[in-house]
This record gives sequence, structure tokens and C-alpha cells, in this order.
Amino acid sequence: MSRQYLIRRLLIAIPSLLGISLVLYSVLALAPGDPFGELATNPAIPPEVAAALRAKFGLDDPVWSRYLHWLTAMFQGDWGFSFVSRMNVDTLILQRLPTTLIVIGAAQLLAIVVALPIGVLAATRPYSVFDQIANTLAFIGFSLPTFFTGLLLILLFSIKLDWLPFVFRDDITATGLQWLWEETKQSIMPVMVLGLFQGASLVRFVRSAVLDVVRLDYVTTARSKGIGERKVVVRHVVRTALIPVVTLVALQMPIVFGGAIVTEQIFRIPGIGSLLISSILANDTPVVMGVTFVFACLVVLFNLIADFLYAWLDPRIAFR
Amino acid sequence: MVEALLDIRDLKTWFATEDGLVRAVDGVDLRINRSETVGVVGESGCGKTVTARSVLKLIDMPPGRFAGGQILWQGRDLIPLQAAEMDKIRSKEIAIVFQEPMTSLNPVYTVGDQIAEVLREHEKLTRRQAIERAVEMLALVNIPNPKMRVHDYPHQFSGGMRQRVMIAMALSCRPKLLIADEPTTALDVTIQAQILELMQEMKEKFGMAIMLITHAMGVVAETCQRVVVMYAGKVVEEAPVEALFGDPRHPYTQGLIRSIPRVDRAAVHKERLEAIPGTVPSLLTPPPGCRFAQRCRFAKDVCTQAIPPLKEVSAGHFVRCVL
Repeated sequence: MSRQYLIRRLLIAIPSLLGISLVLYSVLALAPGDPFGELATNPAIPPEVAAALRAKFGLDDPVWSRYLHWLTAMFQGDWGFSFVSRMNVDTLILQRLPTTLIVIGAAQLLAIVVALPIGVLAATRPYSVFDQIANTLAFIGFSLPTFFTGLLLILLFSIKLDWLPFVFRDDITATGLQWLWEETKQSIMPVMVLGLFQGASLVRFVRSAVLDVVRLDYVTTARSKGIGERKVVVRHVVRTALIPVVTLVALQMPIVFGGAIVTEQIFRIPGIGSLLISSILANDTPVVMGVTFVFACLVVLFNLIADFLYAWLDPRIAFR
Repeated sequence: MVEALLDIRDLKTWFATEDGLVRAVDGVDLRINRSETVGVVGESGCGKTVTARSVLKLIDMPPGRFAGGQILWQGRDLIPLQAAEMDKIRSKEIAIVFQEPMTSLNPVYTVGDQIAEVLREHEKLTRRQAIERAVEMLALVNIPNPKMRVHDYPHQFSGGMRQRVMIAMALSCRPKLLIADEPTTALDVTIQAQILELMQEMKEKFGMAIMLITHAMGVVAETCQRVVVMYAGKVVEEAPVEALFGDPRHPYTQGLIRSIPRVDRAAVHKERLEAIPGTVPSLLTPPPGCRFAQRCRFAKDVCTQAIPPLKEVSAGHFVRCVL
């Protein structure tokens, strides 16, 4: 992979983030709801005071000037102030982000670890019993929405069996192994729900990607080398089949974050997904802007990672 | 009679398809002696490639299966062999070069790594030793600047160069038999001659036997000692190359030879190229009797009743025809 390619990809990320922030800001400005809406209807606050507050926060300025104001503040590290939580947006997000990243990261890892071997095995034995079972389960898996499987798991493991907690706590006081155990116990269900949902669609994708490669001429060449079927599959089939899979995983990241919002809501996980929902309901615009922008950054970041993986997996790409 | 290097006896490779059983190779006998170049010729779909791939057991099973026969490699039958045993023969003793150099190399590995893979597997070389050997092999097949080119990817090579790489890869473990499955069909004419010349050169150097599969009779005349003509999954004629071109017995062989384009005649006498009328019969329901009978201008009643046996018309010259 050439260094030029790396740098070029990194530079392209900057204008895309700027564009995304502009769109986000405009949409939020157009959306109904006003952080100070409550003040206008509250009889205890005189209208002059409300107007003065609006003027102070620049709420009546034109959109472009507010956007530029927001952007310059962003560059200086000032992400704004939450009207509801009475704290800086960046502190608020940083409090919530690690939980989300851990849950999503673990879920994605689970999805890949499950989907890769199953998809490859299914494709190397097409229409076998294993393939049929894998296909059926995958079909069921991605047909069931996470809010349904989530509630089902809570009903089964938390309420009927009482094995796992159904409320996610970020204030666990235990230390050492006990802490790890508690954390694992409360993460199992959300990670399973998200991970298996992702994994189910990934299985079918891996299977078809492998099937596309398995019939190619160079796989026959590899077989004629006498290196054994395992090496043929791992080195010559899976390596090339991974190229489209990497793209899919990267392109699915926005969907994963979207799914995480729902999952966080169901399992009461104090991540940025649930922060986003509560901020939208409370008209806490600075937080909404901050969280959506963080989501956008994560999506762009994963696309970048995908591009690099892509160039590493397929030497033909980086040369262009 | 000395033991043949490869002795295929009554090989039947059949494929189960949705329409029924396709008898792609239906009772083929073929012998290749040490250091001998044998041409296998015939139209597309006559079973040449399936025969070649059967030898290395590169047929997908299912849908394919061996319905009978033996593939004796130095006296040992390859058909019942376990995968691990077969892998010791592949590339090490029998190597193959395919028709399509553009798609036969893996696009995501350097050509050096792909050649080295064979050497590391069979000769237990380290990566560095294997790459050194790959450089030697690339030099041997006349790839300029092999030290640099060994680290290039297949897409950085032209078709002819890729076929050279394939030959280098096939010969890297000094196999006793090289199967060349239409190695020049996908290349343009000037490159074709270069590749054939290279194979000839390699044969002189390494002394391996070659099974050259082709549908170009001109190529056969130039390079082979013995020729096997296949038609619809069966051998119809087998002869030393001089006998085949000098005295072709089977009407199909005669047709093949007449259909070799002759530039001089076409230009001077405005002669049209002669084609064999009709097409290869379906291998799903092969006609009883001689499979060429429908297209044969000498066909008689007996031809459609039973498959004629292979008979020896002169020393080493066999023909499957009642004439």
C-alpha cells in the first residue's frame, strides 16, 4: 500500500466531515422544537427576559452565522453546553461514548467471529445439510428485529430465569474480577442481540462472496499445486472473498449505530444512543448536534479503515 | 514394453447435470512415455480438458465422478488415492498449465509468492530460498529483470508474460509430466509461437513429458511425437505424428487436417476453408454406434449399430473406424 494512497484517503475525509456537519446543522435548524420553547409559555418568566436570553445565545441569528459560530467553537474544542444536563456537551459525550463503543465493538466482533467460519463452511459445501441449516438460521436471524429479540431475551433470561440483569448500570462499585463479571453479565444480552443480528446477514454475504470466488480459475490453479484443500480455501478463496465483506461491514456501520440506539433504549444502556434519544425528546439541540456529529465521525472513520483494509487485501486498488 | 509414465485405461468421467448424465469422457485410453510429447486434439467439448483435469483429479465431485477406468501413474492408480497422497503428486510430479493466463493467477499475491508457494510446499524451502528459486525460474522462462518482477502482481504482466509465469510455476519442482491445457489458445499469434518455443526449450532442459491439449493441428505437427484424436468423449485415432498427417485414417481426423487454414492457398487460389459439417453430438444421449457417423460422409449402416473397436492399422497407429 502506498503512502500516497493513505494520505489521499485521509484528506478526503476532511471535506466529507465538513459537509456532513453542514447538513446536520441545517436539518436541526429546520426541525421544529426550540430549546427555549418552554420559556415562552412559562408565565413566571417575563417576555423581555426570554428575549434577552435568546439574544444572548444567538438563537435568532440566521442559520449560516450560527453554523459558522458552532464550527469555529468546535475547532477550539468547545462543543457547546447542554441546556438539560447543565454541563459541557463534550464531557457528556465522553462519559457515554465508551459504553457504546464497547457494546458495539463486542457485537461486531461477535458477528464477524460467528459469520466468517459459518459462511465459509456453508459455501464450501453448498446445498449440504450444514449449508441448509446455516441459511435457515441466518434468514430467521436477520428477519427478527433487535427490539423483538431484545425483549424476548429480557423476558427469558431476566424475568423468567433471573440469570441476567435487565438494566445496564454504569455505577458498578465492585472491583477486579467481580467488576469484570458484573460487566460481562450485563453486556451479554445487548451484545448477543446486536451481534447475532449483524452476523446473520453477514453469514449470507460471506457465503455468496466465497461461492463467487470458489469457481474461479486461480482456485483450480491453487488446487493443482498440491498444497491441500485447507490452504487453498484459506489463502486463495477466503482472502479474496474478504474484499467485498470488508466493504459490507464498513457500509453497515451506520445501520449498526442506528441499531445500537434501539438496543440501548431496550436494555437501558447509558450510551450515546440513549443520550441522543433523551436529548431529542428534551429539545437539547447542542447535545443532539454533538452526538450526531460523533456518529458521523465514527462512520467516516470506519469507512477509512475499510479503505485501508481494502487496499491491503487487494493490491490492485492501491495502485490506481 | 517399458512401463509408461502415465497410462490411462478406459477412463470414464461423468457429470450429473439437471438434464441427465453427461459422459464427458467415456472410455479413454491414453499412454504417455517418459520425455514424450503427446498431443491431444479435438473440437471444443470433446473431453480433452476433462481428461487432463481427471489426471490431477481437479474435477469437482459432485457433480463429476469417475465411473470407471484407471489412471496409472508410474504403475500406481491415482483414482482411489486419498487427497493427501494426491497432493504429493500435484505440481511435484505432474504439473498443469491452463488456457487462461489472465485468470489463472491469484490477483492478490505477487507472482513470486505464488511460485514460492509450490516450492515451500513440496521442497520445504524457507520463504527466502523459495523466492530465490522463483527468480531463477522467472529468468529461465525469459522474463526480463526477474529480480524486480518477482515482487510484481499478476495485473502488472501481459497475457504472454503471465503464461510464462504459469510455466515457471508449473516447472518449479521439476515435474515428470507437464499437462498443457490449450496453453496458447488465449494468446495472440506471435505470442503463441513464443510460448510453444519456450515449452520446447524447457523440455530440452528438464526432459519432462508433455501432454499438449490443443485444437490447433498446426501446433501438434510442430511439437508432438504422438497424437491422440478425441471425438465426443472417445479416442478415435492415435498415431505417431508423421503417420497421422501422412496417412490419416479416421474421417474426422481427415476433416481436422483439411480444416487447417492455409494462408497461401486462401490468398492465391481463393480457396474456401473446408469445415466439418454438423456439430458434436450431445453427450447426454450419445448415438449408438460410431459417434461421428452423422457427420461422416462415408457412413454406412454398420456405423450406427455398434461402436467400432480401436484397431491397429500399422505399428502404433490405431483407428476407431470400420473403413
